[in-house]
Amino acid sequence: MILQADGLRKFYGEFCALDGVSLRVDAGEFVSIIGPNGAGKSTLINILTGITRPSAGSVRFKDREVGGIGPVRLARLGMARSFQLVQIFPDLTVLETLQAAGVARLGRGGRLFASLAGDREVQEAALEVVELFGLGDKRHTLARQLPQGDKKLLDVASAFALRPEIILLDEPTSGVSTADKTAIMETLVTASRRIGLRAIIQVEHDMDIVFAYSDRIIALHEGKVLADAAPAAIQADQRVIDTVIGRRAGAR
Amino acid sequence: MKGGLVVVVATGAVAAAPLVASTYHVLLMLPFMAYAVVLLGLNLLFGYAGLVSFGHALFIGIGAYTGAFLTTHGRVRSLEVILVCAAVLGGLVAVPVAALCVRYVKIYFGMLTLAFGMVFYTFVLKFYRLTGGDEGTPFLRPSLLGRSLDAMPKIDYLVGPYYYYALAVLILATLGMWRIVHSPFGLCLKTIRDNPVKAETLGIGVTRYRFYAFIISAIYAAVGGALLGPPTGNVDPTLAYWTHSGNLVFMTLLGGFASFFGPVVGAFVFIYLQNWVMSIVPYWRLIFGAMLAIIVIFAPQGLMGLVTRRRPVPPSRA
Repeated sequence: MILQADGLRKFYGEFCALDGVSLRVDAGEFVSIIGPNGAGKSTLINILTGITRPSAGSVRFKDREVGGIGPVRLARLGMARSFQLVQIFPDLTVLETLQAAGVARLGRGGRLFASLAGDREVQEAALEVVELFGLGDKRHTLARQLPQGDKKLLDVASAFALRPEIILLDEPTSGVSTADKTAIMETLVTASRRIGLRAIIQVEHDMDIVFAYSDRIIALHEGKVLADAAPAAIQADQRVIDTVIGRRAGAR
Repeated sequence: MKGGLVVVVATGAVAAAPLVASTYHVLLMLPFMAYAVVLLGLNLLFGYAGLVSFGHALFIGIGAYTGAFLTTHGRVRSLEVILVCAAVLGGLVAVPVAALCVRYVKIYFGMLTLAFGMVFYTFVLKFYRLTGGDEGTPFLRPSLLGRSLDAMPKIDYLVGPYYYYALAVLILATLGMWRIVHSPFGLCLKTIRDNPVKAETLGIGVTRYRFYAFIISAIYAAVGGALLGPPTGNVDPTLAYWTHSGNLVFMTLLGGFASFFGPVVGAFVFIYLQNWVMSIVPYWRLIFGAMLAIIVIFAPQGLMGLVTRRRPVPPSRA
């Protein structure tokens, strides 16, 4: 087990966004979280990645309680994430963005007078991720000048540049064209093998992507776990078809 | 390369100024160099960390009063000692101020820094026995590199040894800040300026970096403040007044906070423009207010933004 959540509850005022969610992710797994809008998917990801503190319940990462410890400490422990709405550093180039991830990973941020250009480890690590994600010809382009698909890719790439043990991707293909979706997922899977990622959790609406890449699927509905099973079992679960997947995927 | 050549030529021109320019204009270069040091630090906070301080006159005041106290009460005349003491005291005072202020951003950060600045202003104004109140405290002529220059006429001292001493401090401060903004620390600051939420998910502790940036900027402001003292020979509470902090922000906007040398250019243009406008109209603040509005609306990147555009940085210079 690499990540485990038990009895997570989250209230916003009187509204219960998560109601007793428990899950477990083992090394080597690619887990997808699905559910209709308002099911609590993003709340769950935000709790798992330390951005939001749960109202109740616990989150354990590598046998350590991490509920609410914050994203900075979680990143240092080996957990990375990307966002549903693309998060970039608009005035940094692609290379600078990945250098920043390298600086953070290697704990070099406190070096006041050291030359960033002279730090070979940071430079080589950034260039490796640039090539891994096919952003080589855009490495000197400002992030804000990238096309939307490349912004999304850069957001994911910067999370990979942390060389985490587990990565949580909040809709990694949202807002990009259908053609780009598969390319992003293929890049992501290749990159995860190259850096030795132990597990991937993704929130995704595109069921073709979910069923093509997942080892296990967790379906959420109204803040509760509706089903937690292998893709074949999820496709056969009438409750999931009715509330989450819909007729199109259910007819597969 | 072209930018480097411009910097070398500009530095040469500043160094040659006492040889070719009138004494009047050379004397105007002294506050320019002091403010340039202050603004290099302020822009670490403003341009690189995304925090606008309206209270940095506090640290100018710390630096200036440190020099005044050491020369009048402490019998210390060495400018090297004064600058080191100003830097240390500025940094120490900045610790609690930064610890409180950097937890906030935008207008809340600005107002908190303004409040601390006004607390210090009130302190130096009201504690008459200690600070001389509104009359201020004399800043006796400091020695430079162990040489006492008391026998030299004041103007000769200021346009000669003191001028080059201030230039040397400015060059050192510039080189130091250049290294800082091109260091891993500087890159982390830029991530925080651009997107603090994303920076945190990369493991970059936003509050901690903002804190260090504040301390460094305060040290620069205190050193610049100490350099402001000798030309006038007296320091008074107006140095710590909030309008002085406003002038610092104005200079930074005028030159352009997005450029490393923008604030330095802003300090230069501000000093000479203020001097020129004051000589022709009594309502110079009216003119400057209109200018500020024009800059913010039509040239948000300041003067440097009008002459340069950001180009991709090759890896060897990143």
